Amino acid sequence: MSVIIILLLASISVAALFLVAFLWSVKTGQYNDELSPPMRMLLDSVPAKESSEPAKVESL
Amino acid sequence: MSEISVSQKSKVQCYHCGEDCDEKTIIAHDKHFCCDGCKMVFEILNKTGMCDYYTISDNPGTNQRIKIREDKFSFLDDHKIQSALLSFTNDTETHVNFYLPQMHCSSCLWLLENLHRLNEHVIGSKVNFERKEADIVFNHEHVSMREVAELLASIGYEPYISFKDLKQQRPNLNMTKIYKLGVAGFCFANIMLFSFPEYLGIDSQEVFLQGTFRYMNIILSLPVFFYSSSEFYISAWKSLKHGFLNIDAPIVLAVIVAFGRSLYEVLSGTGAGYFDSMTGIVFFMLIGRVLQDKTYQQLSFERDYTAYFPIAVTRIKNEQTESVALPDIVLDDTLLIHHQELIPADGILTRGKALIDYSFVTGESIPVEKEMGEIVYAGGKQIGSNIEILVIKEVSQSYLTKLWNRSELQRDRNDEERSFVHLLSRYFTWILFAIAISAAIYWWIIDPTKIGHVVTSVLIVACPCSLLLSNTYTNGNILRRLGRNQFYLRNAQTIEDIANINYIVFDKTGTLTTGRYQDINYEGETLSESIKRKISVLASHSTHPMSKAITVWAKQGDHQNIHIHDFKEIPGKGIEGTVEGEHLKLGSAFYVKKAEQGSALDSAVFVSVNGIVQGRFGFRNHYREQVPALMTRLRKLGYPISILSGDNAGEKEYLEQLLGKDTPILFHQKPEDKLEAIKMIQASGKKVMMVGDGLNDAGALKQADVGIAITENTATFTPASDVILEASMLPRFHQFLLLCKANKVLVWTAFIVSILYNIVGESFAVSGNLSPMVAAILMPASSITILLISFGASNLLSWKMGLK
Repeated sequence: MSVIIILLLASISVAALFLVAFLWSVKTGQYNDELSPPMRMLLDSVPAKESSEPAKVESL
Repeated sequence: MSEISVSQKSKVQCYHCGEDCDEKTIIAHDKHFCCDGCKMVFEILNKTGMCDYYTISDNPGTNQRIKIREDKFSFLDDHKIQSALLSFTNDTETHVNFYLPQMHCSSCLWLLENLHRLNEHVIGSKVNFERKEADIVFNHEHVSMREVAELLASIGYEPYISFKDLKQQRPNLNMTKIYKLGVAGFCFANIMLFSFPEYLGIDSQEVFLQGTFRYMNIILSLPVFFYSSSEFYISAWKSLKHGFLNIDAPIVLAVIVAFGRSLYEVLSGTGAGYFDSMTGIVFFMLIGRVLQDKTYQQLSFERDYTAYFPIAVTRIKNEQTESVALPDIVLDDTLLIHHQELIPADGILTRGKALIDYSFVTGESIPVEKEMGEIVYAGGKQIGSNIEILVIKEVSQSYLTKLWNRSELQRDRNDEERSFVHLLSRYFTWILFAIAISAAIYWWIIDPTKIGHVVTSVLIVACPCSLLLSNTYTNGNILRRLGRNQFYLRNAQTIEDIANINYIVFDKTGTLTTGRYQDINYEGETLSESIKRKISVLASHSTHPMSKAITVWAKQGDHQNIHIHDFKEIPGKGIEGTVEGEHLKLGSAFYVKKAEQGSALDSAVFVSVNGIVQGRFGFRNHYREQVPALMTRLRKLGYPISILSGDNAGEKEYLEQLLGKDTPILFHQKPEDKLEAIKMIQASGKKVMMVGDGLNDAGALKQADVGIAITENTATFTPASDVILEASMLPRFHQFLLLCKANKVLVWTAFIVSILYNIVGESFAVSGNLSPMVAAILMPASSITILLISFGASNLLSWKMGLK
């Protein structure tokens, strides 16, 4: 019986992990632009040099 | 003449922009270019080894025929303007966000994200393709914002900076609904999982496990109840305060009752409750909301005059020119207006000859000549040489601005109360209450202990979610479908408004006609090829749109080597000059023939060679493709049509022939007249749709029940409207109307299906047999059926119409 409780906690925490991942991805603006990333990944050349503060650029 | 080399490869595409090189082909680096601008962009890229730009997509550039004025971006040196535009700055780097409307393909993306290879002081750039924006980080110690803007312009991506950017920052996207949806989805799925043992009949021995599952459900339902559903609470509360029941009210009731009852059941140990149904409602409902709220980020429906104005103009002070931001213009300033620039404030012309294109403000297709000392109004675009004006009214006081600020245009329409869905939901709520009360009375007689159970079951199962779902899903899908066909709606309510339209008003200039091209018909003596060429040479020296049209019409090969002598241009009259020994004159009847002749309505240009009149050019606006067919179709669908034009009545006959004699066609309509005309039609009980393009239609677009702004390019300015339609899709206009009408039928169909589900659910509830499992099956089943109906049918319909 206690094994079910452990499983239950495990499954809930795994699901919660995904929820947090989802919320994080929304918050960091990964859904703001759904068109450019698919194009960007097909381009061969080196992407733009990392800025000293890349986070600022990303989150507008 | 025989040496003139004519490029005979008639259809050569420009390597840079892909347009046909019709006028003259420049051959450089073994490649063809249509103009110097395109060649220059290529050379810049070639020099830095960035020709990958051309391999990612074919002919990725945009046409560079129109040169950008050299000091156009000088206003970016102004610190006040700079600080309004930049988003972040520190000692070494500055972040700025530019709107680049020319962005359109993966090559653009690649080039713009490799800006640092063109200029080492650009640290990085990141493109947001959906919004057509680029965030650029640069080292401001070595490169100025102006230089960055000029770099972008030099490679063909001229930043579009408007007065509006200065005044306000764009609001950040509202993501709270997505968060709420995520939380609701998580809780709903887990509650479903924990409820399975109950449905499958958990062994009554396992009291501990059963209790654990139930309490877990309570914990998981809390975020849904308090956080995810807040959307509905707020909306329902707002409408209650205004004294009416909107569709969210019964949802809130169902959620609260379900939560309360479930809580009671679990705590008292009498049952498992309806947590799964409750969280399910909220989850599916939120999906619908998110779908319907999907907006077109790259489009703005709420533009005002400020978006139309440039950010700064050139002021002449003490013989010096300087850039000045628009709000800083004061009375008695002298402004220098360049070719193709807008006049920002009303003023008196003090130097130069003005040829002002008011087509966007008034709808007149022919530019107006102004002499020195005359008043020029804000909103016109100067064509030709530079002029100077003395400001007599500040920007905020000028004619155009006042037009925009008219009080009747400020009204807000309450979207919610107009929808038939909300009317339905009100009946729904009352019927629901009636059922609950009669069930209560019935059970009070039969078995009073069951009253609580039955009444709560009725309220839980009968939530109008399927009605709301059918509405939101169908609307959301139709919005997307229309958007894919470049018919962009402001919001879902607009679909219903369009379906209710029974009168359509069109603007002429720019809406039914294209602003750019004019059709020419020539009457008179036959012109030989060499005469035609000479006429073309003469006309090419004038910037007047009519001259330009004649240049193209009379074009005979290359005339780069032909020279012109004694060229004279008399504003408002005509042009003359000697080409290869022959004296040519082009102009009005009076100018060429020395006689007053021809009707005032007709804007004809006469031509004479060595004093002998050869004939006349007649001009007619070029109608968009398939306009006659569209008109016939709309009339067949039973829409009365009328036309309001700011232009002269020169094309009355043609339009009457197109639309039939009974169609009201009004000319010389000022913006106010258009607005009044719409009001008049509305007063006769019609629901009016106005289709227009320019500022002159702005009032009418707002006054109409549905205002549609037509644009050649969604990246450019359009007046505030409910819908933005790309001009190339105008021939399909009637299909869009049909699709919007079908929307209502679909919503009804889905609604009837949901009523059937409700009847089944209610029969369980009223008889007192609603188990959590039945509720848990009915709810998702009805939602999924609705989803299939609305998506399937609307997709099938638009597919049948041949829409994308």
